[in-house]
Amino acid sequence: MYKRLLQSVREYKTVAILTPVFTALECLMEVLIPFVTASLIDEGISGQNMNAVWKYGGLLVLLALISMLVGCISGALGARASAGFAKNLRHDMYYAVQKFSFTNIDKFSTASIVTRCTTDVTNLQNAFMMIIRIAVRAPVMVIFSMVMAFRINSQLALIFLAVMPFLAAILIGLSMYVHPIFERVFNTYDHLNSVVQENLRGIRVVKSFVREDHERDKFQGISQSIYKDFVKAEKLLAFNRPAMQLFMYGVMIVISWMAAHLIVIGDMTTGQITSMMSYAMSSLMSLDMLSMVIVMIVMSLASCRRIYEILVEVPTLKYPEEPVTQVADGSIDFDNVTFQYSEKAERPSLVNVDLHIKSGETIGIIGGTGSSKSSLVQLIPRLYDTTQGSVKVGGVDVRQYDIESLRNQVAMVLQKNVLFSGTIKDNLRWGDANASDEQMKHACEQAQADEFISTFPDGYDTYLEEGSSNVSGGQKQRLCIARALLKKPRILILDDSTSAVDTATDAKIRRAFREEIPDTTKLIIAQRISSVQDADRIIVMDNGQINGIGTHEELLRTNEIYQEVYHSQVKGGEENG
Amino acid sequence: MAKEGKAIGGPGPRATGNLDLSVMKDPLGTTKRLIGMITGKYLVQFILVIVFIILSAVAGVQGSLFLQTLIDDYIAPLLGETTPNYLPLLHALIQLACIYLIGILSTLFFNRIMATIAHSVLKDIRDDMFNHMQDLPIRYFDTHTYGDIMSRYTNDTDTLRQMITQAIPQMFSSAVQIVAVFVSMLYVSWQLTIVVIVGVFILLRVSAWVSGKAGNYYVAQQNSLGAVNGYVEEMIHGQKVVKVFCHEEKAKQDFDQLNEELCVQSTRANILAQVLMPLSANIGNLIYVVVAIVGGILASTMGALTVGGIVSFLQLTRSFIMPCSQISNQAASIIMALAGAERIFDLIDEPVEDDQGFIGLVPTTVQADGSMAERTDGGRASSWAWKCPQTDEAKLFQAEDGTWMWSRLADGQWVDAPAEGFVQGTGKDAYVLLPLNGKVTFDHVVFGYRPDKVVLHDISLYAKPGQKVAFVGATGAGKTTITNLINRFYDIQEGQIHYDLIPIQDIRKRDLRCSLGIVLQDVNLFTGTVRENIRYGRLNATDKEVEEAARLANAHDFIMRLPQGYDTMLDGDGSSLSQGQRQLLSIARCAVADPPVMILDEATSSIDTRTEAIVQAGMDSLMKGRTVFVIAHRLSTVRNSDAIMVLQQGEIIERGSHDQLIAQKGKYYQLYTGAFELE
Repeated sequence: MYKRLLQSVREYKTVAILTPVFTALECLMEVLIPFVTASLIDEGISGQNMNAVWKYGGLLVLLALISMLVGCISGALGARASAGFAKNLRHDMYYAVQKFSFTNIDKFSTASIVTRCTTDVTNLQNAFMMIIRIAVRAPVMVIFSMVMAFRINSQLALIFLAVMPFLAAILIGLSMYVHPIFERVFNTYDHLNSVVQENLRGIRVVKSFVREDHERDKFQGISQSIYKDFVKAEKLLAFNRPAMQLFMYGVMIVISWMAAHLIVIGDMTTGQITSMMSYAMSSLMSLDMLSMVIVMIVMSLASCRRIYEILVEVPTLKYPEEPVTQVADGSIDFDNVTFQYSEKAERPSLVNVDLHIKSGETIGIIGGTGSSKSSLVQLIPRLYDTTQGSVKVGGVDVRQYDIESLRNQVAMVLQKNVLFSGTIKDNLRWGDANASDEQMKHACEQAQADEFISTFPDGYDTYLEEGSSNVSGGQKQRLCIARALLKKPRILILDDSTSAVDTATDAKIRRAFREEIPDTTKLIIAQRISSVQDADRIIVMDNGQINGIGTHEELLRTNEIYQEVYHSQVKGGEENG
Repeated sequence: MAKEGKAIGGPGPRATGNLDLSVMKDPLGTTKRLIGMITGKYLVQFILVIVFIILSAVAGVQGSLFLQTLIDDYIAPLLGETTPNYLPLLHALIQLACIYLIGILSTLFFNRIMATIAHSVLKDIRDDMFNHMQDLPIRYFDTHTYGDIMSRYTNDTDTLRQMITQAIPQMFSSAVQIVAVFVSMLYVSWQLTIVVIVGVFILLRVSAWVSGKAGNYYVAQQNSLGAVNGYVEEMIHGQKVVKVFCHEEKAKQDFDQLNEELCVQSTRANILAQVLMPLSANIGNLIYVVVAIVGGILASTMGALTVGGIVSFLQLTRSFIMPCSQISNQAASIIMALAGAERIFDLIDEPVEDDQGFIGLVPTTVQADGSMAERTDGGRASSWAWKCPQTDEAKLFQAEDGTWMWSRLADGQWVDAPAEGFVQGTGKDAYVLLPLNGKVTFDHVVFGYRPDKVVLHDISLYAKPGQKVAFVGATGAGKTTITNLINRFYDIQEGQIHYDLIPIQDIRKRDLRCSLGIVLQDVNLFTGTVRENIRYGRLNATDKEVEEAARLANAHDFIMRLPQGYDTMLDGDGSSLSQGQRQLLSIARCAVADPPVMILDEATSSIDTRTEAIVQAGMDSLMKGRTVFVIAHRLSTVRNSDAIMVLQQGEIIERGSHDQLIAQKGKYYQLYTGAFELE
């Protein structure tokens, strides 16, 4: 897993390697500084030698400046490396997602993909920074300090070499023990946030049902458990510093005692005690840092795993070796197609569908919620692969086409349609990047969108907000249709795309289709009978199967479901939506 | 979905890097209030914490001072002695050990006590916020984005947590250390103290400058991160469209550009943050050197200092610089936390929904003689009544012939009128039970969400008990607004709304809302099982009642097809269900509440017409004899209503039954024949 993640370091590899090098240099300076300080005190101050003060003072200034420089460089490099790593990770994930098929997207859910690309990457960026800076720093610091300490006096150095494993064990053990509690707290935190979120979104529901007290109880339960866990965790963590201090002070006292004996024998100078102590302190403090870093790394593991899952997800659609790039005509054939969204699905969405549509035909599709109307048409541009059987477009199995050529010829207006933030023109150009203004206007005329666009002050340059909140549902649907028309496809699929458009306009759009693009095969899914009744053939879907097929009149005579739908809409004798 | 997701989802803007106190309205007041929250409930613990912090800080300073004298006073004398006496040293070390032990224990105690105080206070704050939020008027939620409110629970509370658990104790102990060390420094040498003070001043200025700059870049980084997140969110939500239009390449290019920008900003912000540490640490080292040199000069030229003095002063210098830079590090987080606290207090101080109502809703039983009595056994009510108690402005009295009369104060005059309904109790405790019929009238109602923008003009309408009243009209015509006024999500500016002859502002809001079942177009489900979600309508509904309601809403079939049936967990607002299924659940939820009056606001807009017909039949039988308001743009939904109101730009332009309106050949007729677009 780490190998795959680290592949994303790429051009920042040099920087990422240089960072610890400079960090190590910084540590070296930091270790040398107390050494020189000891000389300054011993020879300069205690020896009352002003020359030595200047000499060691100057050296100390030099070291401090070098340390500052090296430290800044290391910090800057670390920042660059981790920001770059994050950039590459986001890039890799985003590109991976672009390769995803619909099945892959369904598997992750959009919300989860978004969190993985954003929050998780930020977590990993911080962890990466920690690793290349502090995780290197702590051990290097320990080693350098130990080396220096051994140079002064190996007996004393052995003391803190001996206690170090104990302190490390306590600190790391404590963090490991507390970590799951924190993890639980953060999960509860998420839970609390989702209660607040749902409460905010549903505040009208809460108030309408007068459930304020119910919500309060719900919230208080969670808030109480956060309190309990947090207090528990922090009370345990409260042992951290005292444990540190206990060891540190203990070591100091022991060193003092033993050093006194050594000094008396003449094996050590007084100035060396001070340096010894500062080495003891810095190596023990590094351990504290190390335990913190370990927790950080453990915490980032979850993010690592979530990012990794995206990176290694294999797109489910397999592309042919020698793809067909030309779509002969707009005929569509379903040969005994069975389809289910995932292997785990309880029952297939489509069962043994056999359907043959001639090029240029207009087909209406009708059926209740959950009757798999959308599933049926989504197989045509190969948004999903069939489980059994095959779908052919222009007489060729869709799996043999170059996917882009196929989708360029099969324009689909999705049920959950999306316009992107940008001008109307920007959005229309999704259909044809090189469309001229006239072509766009013409497509909009066919989709009955030109009329309302020209009432906007900025016309075709009107900026659409995210979620296109500044146009109505019906207007949005017509823009989506225009966008699809600009592709000049051989097959046009409208998945319940005129539900918010009034019946008269709906009829005009269908007339435009009939007159302007007679050779294009048109599949129209609708709730309204009026939207499909003039189609060449109407398919009635029920429970993943074709329940009936025929013209409006035929179905009205023979098909029970069709009759029911018809009567639910036309009780008063007149048609409406 | 995408729109909603954006408002809430994703990490909100983190604490802004703005470290300027002037952006806050009242930093002092906020601080006081925060301290008040701590000392108010946890005074004893808080005093203990302060005592322990001081003990621990003093012990730390004492310890390090003692350690220095150790060499001079206890070790140096041993030198040269033939039989060194280690006893004084042993005593001194034991003494030192005791000081340290006190310090260690104090640290432990204050950290543990502080953990309890901090999280108790945070819990209080969270609970206060949420409890208070439940009582805020809808208007508050209209004018604040979800992200804005959410960030008070997340970022603001989080920075506050860090401040209380970490920054405050550290500030305290740093301050104690600084004072203790400062006094010792002055005692040794005032000249060198000045040198140190100047040095520390430079150190603080430099780090303030760097962190200020880092703050600016940090804001830029957050903005850039926001842009990337926003782009990813929009694109991933529209990923299927991207695929259908083979737009992957273009989407990659735009993304790369934003991503590159973020990388630049993030590098900048992090470089400055990372540079701060080595910078301040080494300025500390430089101060140290300067002190050594100046000390050396002072000692050799003026003899103002002893050698031992300089050595211990050098140690003091270290002990002084450390807490100073700690405080400067904490200052930024304290300011951020205070800004967060202010935002939290803003929410807590927001005025709650105004409710002057005094009339309540009670379940009743009809007795053999036809009179009504309040039902107290908690059973399921078949009828309801408004319980009208006596107030300062309305008194009940019995006339000579025994009939009950209301005496009401109007314009300073007491006006008597016979009391309608059933009088219960006697004397001052007497009250009237007015049967709930569901008659709703609007008299010349004028309303606008903003006073300058009127949405409803002079609306008058009445719904007779048991009628089904429908509103049709284009988006923005004011259909939903009317229902928002009936349940008093908003208060009207002019005119009067009566509910069973009672002015609605006299009815307690919770009772008013209990009497109205509302199914909204945007369905909001809560994390929990399907059963729990339906039961939200009536918390004590039995499993059987829940299932009955689901059957009535035609939701039973699809629920049974879910993996665990009624026990299937829904999360993320029930995103695993289709919009139509969610609407069916929402209807079931309202049906289980079994309300006397129901409002269906586009409740079946995503349900196919065949299913809708089944649901409608169920609802009609449930609501038989009760008042129902229906809002829909699909005319098949409203066709069988008793009265249909056609709204246009806040005015009722046509009213009547379906047949009457068709015969009128007006706007409704045009809508119906499809010559006219809704929505």
